[in-house]
Amino acid sequence: MTGAGARRKEVKKTVITSLLSRFAAAPHVVWSVLFIVVPLIFVAYYAFTDRNFAFTMENFSAFFTPKYMQILGRSVKLAVIATLVCLLIGYPAAYYIARANAKRQKILIMLIMLPMWMNFLIRTYAWMVILQDTGIFNSVIGAIGLGPLKLMYTEGAVVLGMVYDYLPYMIMPIYSVMVKLDPRLVEAAYDLGCNPAQVVRKVVIPQSIPGVVSGIMMVFVPSISTFYISQKLGGGNFYLIGDAIETQVYTANNLHMAAAISLVLMVILLAGMFVMNRFSDDSAGGGLIP
Amino acid sequence: MKTSKFVSRVYLFLILLFLFAPIFVLIFFSFNAGKSTSVFAGFSFRWYRNLFEDEAALTALRNSLVLAVTSGAIATVMGTFAAYGISRMRRKYLRTAVMSVTNIPMMNPDIITGISLMLMFVFVGTMLGLSESLSFVTMLIAHVTFGLPYVIMSVMPKFNQMDKSMPEAALDLGCTPLQSFFKVELPEIMPGVMTGGIMAFTMSLDDFVISLFTKGSSFQTLPLYIYGMTKKSVSPKIYALATIIFFAILILLLVTNFISAKDEKTQAKLNRSLRRADGQTK
Repeated sequence: MTGAGARRKEVKKTVITSLLSRFAAAPHVVWSVLFIVVPLIFVAYYAFTDRNFAFTMENFSAFFTPKYMQILGRSVKLAVIATLVCLLIGYPAAYYIARANAKRQKILIMLIMLPMWMNFLIRTYAWMVILQDTGIFNSVIGAIGLGPLKLMYTEGAVVLGMVYDYLPYMIMPIYSVMVKLDPRLVEAAYDLGCNPAQVVRKVVIPQSIPGVVSGIMMVFVPSISTFYISQKLGGGNFYLIGDAIETQVYTANNLHMAAAISLVLMVILLAGMFVMNRFSDDSAGGGLIP
Repeated sequence: MKTSKFVSRVYLFLILLFLFAPIFVLIFFSFNAGKSTSVFAGFSFRWYRNLFEDEAALTALRNSLVLAVTSGAIATVMGTFAAYGISRMRRKYLRTAVMSVTNIPMMNPDIITGISLMLMFVFVGTMLGLSESLSFVTMLIAHVTFGLPYVIMSVMPKFNQMDKSMPEAALDLGCTPLQSFFKVELPEIMPGVMTGGIMAFTMSLDDFVISLFTKGSSFQTLPLYIYGMTKKSVSPKIYALATIIFFAILILLLVTNFISAKDEKTQAKLNRSLRRADGQTK
């Protein structure tokens, strides 16, 4: 068992190990190409063809018309508002959670994540129950002699739905960078004569930018592409780009137009992500999982 | 300092109130004897009975569970091996490329992931002359695809944290590479595999948008059923369903928390014994 035999066995082992580690990812790589890359190529293919799969630019010339531009503009506007509101109310929340003691932090994070894992159809639907003309909100303000107010089917209701559904997606990534913030940096800032406002502005906020960037993306992307929230809380009066895609698939039966709208949306989001990544060129966390 | 603590508590309370009030409203009205959503007409389990008599709802629930377990299992196995392979890739650009592609379904809006898969399935189905291109299989493929990044995301760090000399020691002591994987590496990464698996499972259970675009006509999941229900007139049955889902998730979250707490404890114990061993050699 000495010498050549052992060495041969050794070599065999290394070869198998390297083969194993080399091909362990192979099924996944093949899968990703087949079901992620190729489908995206199909989006482009459908977008530039007509029903007979002949090349055409018609889908895009149909898209760049006032009708669709208005929808696109509204989608961007509502998604930007929802994202900003999430940031404004989510940032302090993440900050306060990160400063709580370890045990309380765990409970708070669980509570923030709990609604996140409830289906957004149900969460959106809950607001319908609250906001409708005969809903709880109106019966409460009716009891004190006010209203009824028209709350449903307004732009405000759509934004509220987005904020409600996606707020945890803003809080989680910001929280996950905040907990990693070195407390000694804050202490040092105090020692060097900063007041609390300055500490937040000069130490906490710059350090939390990666979390903010991924929070913004996590709220903005589903907000701009939603169609359920706008259908339910907007009552179909506030058509968004997601509605336009859904309508092309299920009502107009025009997959090619749906692909063209999807492609435009994807290009807009890619450009947005490119710009956002400029703001946080380091890869310092900010993921959904703390 | 005291006032700031007070402010932070009030603020967090208001945030949680905002997040939970609508859910509690649903839970409250699920026990309503009447149909109204503003007047409470007395306590009753009427809507729960109603729900459990609804054949379509039960089928949808069963379908959802079958799909989530199957897609979660496939994603977990494939993702774990992928994480193993990716963490050992020598060429950095290759690793970055694979990870970027893997993460596309996480970055892309669901509607685009759904549409892109649908277009491909429809195209291939038409080419093959199938009467129906979308089915359980297409939905399963879609769910595995968006579950994979979550598995890889939670398993990868475990491989990276793992002491590289451990599998080497196993090999030196006569293990075959497969034995070393199952006996040394797998137990180490198990908490990550569990978390990833649970995430893929819940993502599948929760998904609506991608399912909508890749579903066949004969296979309906719970979110699709809910979507159909909210399209029609309101029935408090859906509140009963929401209540059940809420408590199911609560239990699941508590269990996951328990697992990760246990994981942390074992880690702490391990570290302590390592430190002790270190002290002895010095």
